[in-house]
Amino acid sequence: MLDVSVSYNRYKFLGHEFLTWLWFMIDTDQNYIKSLQEDLISFEIHNRIVLENSFDNLTENITIKGDDAGLEEAKLSLQKGGVVTECNFSLKMGDLEWKFNIKGESLNISSLKSPETGNIEKKEDIEGVVLEKVYLYEKVVTLLEKLYTQFIALRIKNTWKEKTVPLIKNWIQS
Amino acid sequence: MGLLSSSVSITQYKVIGEVNGNLTATITEGLKKFSITDIDHEPVQKTAGWTCFENPYIPDFDKTSCIIGTYFIFSLRIDKKSIPSKIIKKYYMAEIAKKLAESEREHLSRNEKKTIKDNVVNFLSLRIPASPNIYDILWNYEESFLWFFSNQKAANEELETLFSKTFRLKLVRLFPYTMADLSKTLTDKDRDLFNTISPIKFVD
Repeated sequence: MLDVSVSYNRYKFLGHEFLTWLWFMIDTDQNYIKSLQEDLISFEIHNRIVLENSFDNLTENITIKGDDAGLEEAKLSLQKGGVVTECNFSLKMGDLEWKFNIKGESLNISSLKSPETGNIEKKEDIEGVVLEKVYLYEKVVTLLEKLYTQFIALRIKNTWKEKTVPLIKNWIQS
Repeated sequence: MGLLSSSVSITQYKVIGEVNGNLTATITEGLKKFSITDIDHEPVQKTAGWTCFENPYIPDFDKTSCIIGTYFIFSLRIDKKSIPSKIIKKYYMAEIAKKLAESEREHLSRNEKKTIKDNVVNFLSLRIPASPNIYDILWNYEESFLWFFSNQKAANEELETLFSKTFRLKLVRLFPYTMADLSKTLTDKDRDLFNTISPIKFVD
């Protein structure tokens, strides 16, 4: 295995490509995402997306946020050669909803808001609430792992360049 | 940020290696050995150690179990004293003036000034209590994964160092490269292909 700091910097583009691919999949093939996790009702971009565009040794960052914000400006950034570096997602499974951020370069999860759990009124309640919370966090972690595994499996094949990239290019220009 | 907070951050780790001997006893012993110690009355500015998830301000792994369900759950506590620079300057300038008066000189050497500053910081460290920062940890030993409930770089680095020192196990942070490289679904051939990939442009 490569040195951690070397591999972190050398391969952070993969996290950005992953989030860009994920937006493409959300927009064009929700059924594929639904097939990865039981009970999944929807997986959407929620209220924040950050894109990075590098040209002529300059880096431009574009952040679009707000519950009612459209993604037209973000799409425009993709058309100029940008990639998604950070994104806030909304996940619905059954009657439950999660919201969370994923940062591409680290794949860290932040601002994860999971569905409500029971209250802790006495010491004996702690164990039950902790296990319930962990169960809810696991839903997000598992979905992220499945999506990333699928992305990597696709990314290393020839079909990535021959089939997937042209489809993403068409989607970006649409 | 705690496991039970309404909004959490998670950094994922893979744990490499195995604990020798009785698992629960060895882990509990390690947590006790490297548990946080109080520095409020010590001339120390920062310390880090393990503490109990349920009672982080009074760490006692004999009274509080670190096991919930099939997980080891405990916390990393980093205590840090933040002495405002203006207070340091106030005491430092007063000490400089005192020393100049005592020695009947107009200037002090660089070494003398440094010694005075160190003494002032130590003096103030004894009077200012440390602020505790608590970061929860969930460790699934059987599945060899660990969740650290913070994305802060300094806290993650502290965790990695202390975990290795305590349990003699390696923590590998999961990010795009390590998550793919440690994936069980990749064959050796896939891994070779993975190591050759380079960025692609989505526009012509």
